[in-house]
Amino acid sequence: MNSSFFFGLSTMAYILAMIIYITYLAFKKTQIGITATTVTIVGFVSQTLAIILRWKEFADLSGMGFLRSAPLTNLYESLIFFVWCLILGYLIIEFKFKNRSFGAFVTPVAGLALAFIDISGMSKEIQPLVPALQSNWLLAHVMMSFIAYAAFALSFSTGLMYLIVKTEKRNEVSYIFWTTTLGIFVVLLAAMGIDFLTFKVMVKPEIFIKSYMFKSSFFNPSAFIKILSWISMAVIIFIIWRYGSILKTVIEKFNIGSETLDEITYKSIAIGFPIFTLGGLIFGAIWADQAWGVYWSWDPKETWSLITWFIYAFYLHSRMIRGWRGKKAAIVAVIGFVAVIFTYLGVNLLLSGLHSYGELE
Amino acid sequence: MEQEGNRTFIDKIWEFFASVRLAIVIFALISLTSIVGTVLEQRAESAKNIQILTRLFGESLAPGIYKIFDNLGFMDMYHSWWFIALLILFSANIVVCSLDRLPRIWKLVKEPIGPMTEEKLKKFIISREVIVKGKPDKVKDAVTNTLKSVRFNYTESKEEKGYQFFSQKGNYSRLGIYVTHFSILIILLGAVIGVFFGFKGHLNLPEGSVSNVAYSDRNEAKPLGFDIRCDNFDVEFYGRSEMPKEYKSWLSIIKNGNVVMRKSISVNDPLTYEGTTFYQAYYGLISDKMGSGIFIFRVISSDKKTYNLDLRLGDAFQIPGTNISGKIIDFSPALKIDENGHVFTYANQMNNPAVYIDFSESGKHKYSGWILKRHPETWQLPEGHMVEFVDYWGVEFTGLQVRKDPGVWIVYLGCITISIGLFMAFFMSHRKIWVRIVEEKNNTRVVVGATSNKNRVAFEKKIDRIISLIKKNMKEEIR
Repeated sequence: MNSSFFFGLSTMAYILAMIIYITYLAFKKTQIGITATTVTIVGFVSQTLAIILRWKEFADLSGMGFLRSAPLTNLYESLIFFVWCLILGYLIIEFKFKNRSFGAFVTPVAGLALAFIDISGMSKEIQPLVPALQSNWLLAHVMMSFIAYAAFALSFSTGLMYLIVKTEKRNEVSYIFWTTTLGIFVVLLAAMGIDFLTFKVMVKPEIFIKSYMFKSSFFNPSAFIKILSWISMAVIIFIIWRYGSILKTVIEKFNIGSETLDEITYKSIAIGFPIFTLGGLIFGAIWADQAWGVYWSWDPKETWSLITWFIYAFYLHSRMIRGWRGKKAAIVAVIGFVAVIFTYLGVNLLLSGLHSYGELE
Repeated sequence: MEQEGNRTFIDKIWEFFASVRLAIVIFALISLTSIVGTVLEQRAESAKNIQILTRLFGESLAPGIYKIFDNLGFMDMYHSWWFIALLILFSANIVVCSLDRLPRIWKLVKEPIGPMTEEKLKKFIISREVIVKGKPDKVKDAVTNTLKSVRFNYTESKEEKGYQFFSQKGNYSRLGIYVTHFSILIILLGAVIGVFFGFKGHLNLPEGSVSNVAYSDRNEAKPLGFDIRCDNFDVEFYGRSEMPKEYKSWLSIIKNGNVVMRKSISVNDPLTYEGTTFYQAYYGLISDKMGSGIFIFRVISSDKKTYNLDLRLGDAFQIPGTNISGKIIDFSPALKIDENGHVFTYANQMNNPAVYIDFSESGKHKYSGWILKRHPETWQLPEGHMVEFVDYWGVEFTGLQVRKDPGVWIVYLGCITISIGLFMAFFMSHRKIWVRIVEEKNNTRVVVGATSNKNRVAFEKKIDRIISLIKKNMKEEIR
């Protein structure tokens, strides 16, 4: 049995868990809840096995030793690790807060992300490392960054849920903010889905991002499709804005108090922030110093991670100001994760920099 | 009167710099301006950024917007006066805010704790009360053993009808925020030292060449204080693929005519000499030297004798002990054969070096063909001899990034202390606990009060554990 078998198993387990969690929400039976948790744990364990196996496969193949063979070297592997951290974070929250409702939110993300990797044919083959990536810092830097990203992802979802639950009027700034953010997310995910369906590309994700992403919608050569894309985006945002209260009713059924949501948001950031500072910024700087001779060069990837850092610093400090808890802080938490996504994907998509690795002039 | 007015003015400035509000305004300003800096390419040619702006704002607006951004210093924004000013403001904010709050926090850290009245203990957010069998003198041991087992160093005080124990832990964790803030200043200080006393440059060193200078970004020569020589450069690939595995330069440091250091460097593995560090950054072919390099062959005759040969284009050589001789006719740095059998050079790099050799025996032409460095099966001659193409030396240069930064250790020091500070600030808490035991009708009432400045829930659980431990210890004693 190789790593793909266990990856497949975990994908199925997460999707199954999603269904059970939703059933649990509907019927609120403890046995169903326990089943959901068990299935999630099975998925988690098999994903852990899969990661370890892939690590070993890579180590055997490259002969570069265990430390340098961490499966964190491309978009495919980093997404898998991100999902793993997310599920781990969720399980911790489930045990700490004794609330399963949140699982209906997290397992679909995990299951769909893994299924998405599978369907899109993101290159699953093990690629050898370019010289710039051959460093022991790879493991610490990437792993800690993604643990922090997963913590930030949790704070994003709880922050968003907090906003959904707490807003009443359609003309409220917080209401407009969350509906627009959610709308943009839905549209961008849909646009990427259309890209995959249109081009059926089986290329490396890095190449997909550079040459195919949004080509069937926003970046389409035809002006008509371009305008149509923007109009549909506006329409979808409008629909979410108009009918957002339905989502509110759904989330209120989850039985998570807004105080708890606020607390999970804060705690995730309080855990993510120091890990991100150390693993993302400091280890990244040390590695850059060793590889390129500059610990900080203001290249877009570095600058965006600093922007992310400042936004979360903003969040942590804003809680100290009277009246800034609650909605305003939740907005900052949501913006913080948007910056995380931009640091992770947007920089590669839209901006260039040293992080395009090792391409020697 | 006037003096009082003055003081309030200074107070106002102080308050302004000490406020969290200023901090979050600075965070927002640094983030927002930095976004512009990641969109516009820094220190680039103006045409490039006009092109970016055209894509964003259209042809008609782009030149105007470019001019505005250019005048505001956005084309090199991280070195502009206002960005530096923001960083200075940021530092001032950190300093003043720390000075402002430190005395108060220091008092909290240093404050010893004393016994509490029962009313006060019951008002704590974490407050528990249990009755256990036995006299206070017996309960006392159970309580002190429990406190010791959870590593609280307690103070004991005798009271009218019993005892009180109190203890605090992690009081220094309150300083974590200041350690973090102070570390940011250390990192900035290290960066400033690097800017003023450091040197950042590059050096293209052809194989076999020596240099005593490196070049800054403005191409000014800067003496190194020693000589550096590139003995060899090589790229290693993954198997037969075009994917580079390693870029490697063999360097020698020469001082007063003596080689004082030899090291091969690769990406992620630089060379440091007298505070100057050389990084493997890029490489290339020197096109006007293409014909004048040295071919290094290792010839192994059929009777397993090895001979090393250094030759030039056009040179002829003999395979020792035979009448077979070869003549070097042609060279390609990156040879490829298309489906029709035509050979061509597909890259301007040494991706697949190949040499064309004419072989003859006793002056009579025998056969000719390409010998490829990366393909050992082409080294074999029909007679059992082997001509290994080791290298074509002297036509490549190694691109070195050169840096001298006396501030980097200060930056690293700041990185270490910021990690410690963040750990203290986020993962440790200042915890206080009071346990009061009072005799009550031959039994003992145990009242526990506790506070924690962070993560109350976890501490509450710990208090519950402490209580159950006390009970357990009591039972054991009775037995």
